[in-house]
Amino acid sequence: MMRWKIARSWGELPPPAREIHNGKREGFRAGELFLFLLVTLAVMALCICVGSVSLPLRETLTVIWNAIWGLPMPEGISVPIILSVRLPRVLCVALTGAALSLCGGAMQGLLKNPLADGSTLGVASGASLGAVIAIAFGITLPTVPFSGTMVLAIVFAFLSLLIILTLAYKIDYSMSTNTIILIGVIYSMFVSSILSLVISFASDRVKQITFWTMGSLSGTTLKNALVLLCALVIFGGIILRYARELNAFAVSENNARNIGVPVRRVKLVLLIAVSALIGVCVSIGGTIGFVGLVTPHMVRMIVGPDHKRLLPASIFGGAVFLMLADLLARTLLNPIELPIGVVTSFIGAFLFIVIFYRSKRVRV
Amino acid sequence: MSLLDVQNLTVRFGNATIVDNVSFSLSEGDWLMIVGPNGAGKSTVINAISLGAAYEGEVRVLDKDVRRYRPHELARLVGVLAQTHAMGYGFTVGSVVRLGRYAYAPGLFSGGQADDEEAVARALALTGLTRIVDQNVLTLSGGELQRTFLAQLFAQNPRVLLLDEPTNHLDLVYQKQVFELIRVWLKTPGRAVASVVHDLSLARAYGSQALLLDGGKTSAYGPIADVFTPENLDKAYDMDVSAWMRGLLAQWEAKKEK
Repeated sequence: MMRWKIARSWGELPPPAREIHNGKREGFRAGELFLFLLVTLAVMALCICVGSVSLPLRETLTVIWNAIWGLPMPEGISVPIILSVRLPRVLCVALTGAALSLCGGAMQGLLKNPLADGSTLGVASGASLGAVIAIAFGITLPTVPFSGTMVLAIVFAFLSLLIILTLAYKIDYSMSTNTIILIGVIYSMFVSSILSLVISFASDRVKQITFWTMGSLSGTTLKNALVLLCALVIFGGIILRYARELNAFAVSENNARNIGVPVRRVKLVLLIAVSALIGVCVSIGGTIGFVGLVTPHMVRMIVGPDHKRLLPASIFGGAVFLMLADLLARTLLNPIELPIGVVTSFIGAFLFIVIFYRSKRVRV
Repeated sequence: MSLLDVQNLTVRFGNATIVDNVSFSLSEGDWLMIVGPNGAGKSTVINAISLGAAYEGEVRVLDKDVRRYRPHELARLVGVLAQTHAMGYGFTVGSVVRLGRYAYAPGLFSGGQADDEEAVARALALTGLTRIVDQNVLTLSGGELQRTFLAQLFAQNPRVLLLDEPTNHLDLVYQKQVFELIRVWLKTPGRAVASVVHDLSLARAYGSQALLLDGGKTSAYGPIADVFTPENLDKAYDMDVSAWMRGLLAQWEAKKEK
């Protein structure tokens, strides 16, 4: 018979690893939160100050401070620029970036797929198709203006995600990274052909529609920012609650089921939350590609793969990334303004290749 | 009362019947070895019981249908060790092991309680991973990775272990380690193990019961000595198994005498 020395009984083992974990929290530490918040606010101040007309920082801060507390405004043209142009835009950009990155991070965990994102899976294209249909055929809900665009964008985002994942599952049971991405690309092509079809039916609204396909946050209002904030709080809050389940999915879906995660329910809730958030973003800013793909990767390099840290950090990282991209879009070819989607796709495509290349090499 | 009771389990993929009307049960202290040639449906049995594949028939844990348990309740009773683990992200060993505690605080209330940390530390110590608790799983060897998931399973602390070829890619040293760990684990009352094993010698050395599958059907089932007879094995594997095994062993005997 085999005999072996490690056979101490299960009950009398020393717990030596105890100390190792003391003082080590899995979640987001207060210090880190403060640091990320500080960087985000600094970038936000920079983006409000810099533009076709550059404004001094002190004046900008005074105007915003006074506006918040209802104090009398200083004289000068900077007040309307700050309050009705720059501030709303920068807020919308930051919130969109935050929301898209959170969605990207969540999908990369859920599907255990480092290339997953609203734009690579075709969800964003699907959402923009919904928005365009609403514009082209003048679909609105009776009470709230613009809500038709938003609701259709959300519905189309969710349906797109369902179609893509179902197809991927039918074609390749293991839902490998490449299959999902391939189907996402094909789906995006399919959607863009329908988009062209819709546009040809609604030639009087072509200009408005092109906006959705390019992605831009110029001319956004504080009301838009408020809608984005609400969506981020509600749906982002749901996603953040599932950080632990996402860790399990990121190890593998089978492992998640084996440790007792209600796999189907969690998946469904997360997919709905992600689609809703992407739908809201697309209905306000159009399709802005690659933000959700790139930011979680960069953030993962800093805080690690644990979603309890990755997701909150992605919110801040996405805000910073998109604000800087928007700053580039506004200032690079001043006075011509580039669509923000062009900038993010330009940066994102490069990073996508780098990530893809590295992941292929590692996992051969 | 049996811990795990499987009656008339049948699994079909399309037209193909992978597992055909298989029944067995596990009582306290049992170590059931599920053996058979490639394609016999061994892994599919484990997969179906752990609800990873659709099945017909009945699977009961503590006399209650597994499909009627809530996921975290079932995870406290039944734990599964998969054959391979393709890691996508660089989690630490510790965080993978800590996931095993999910079933004890599902949903919003994340772990971190004292008994969670205790169970995790114990599982790490038992599998000899305490030193590399903060190491990136992408940098682990196959043996270390398998032990990481075994530690996760120990942290989960279920009453029934389902192991799908637990030492498939492991060197002899790790095979021995893993099987010894499970044997020690099984000594605590109220526990049972079912494992798919390729190596018939290992199966015979550690198992108390055996289920011999061939083409998805039960070819023999019962106490291991009754199942591992030349008649049963030779038929299922279509070769003289014991002669082959003795031949393999003989080389070592010969070396010793020199």
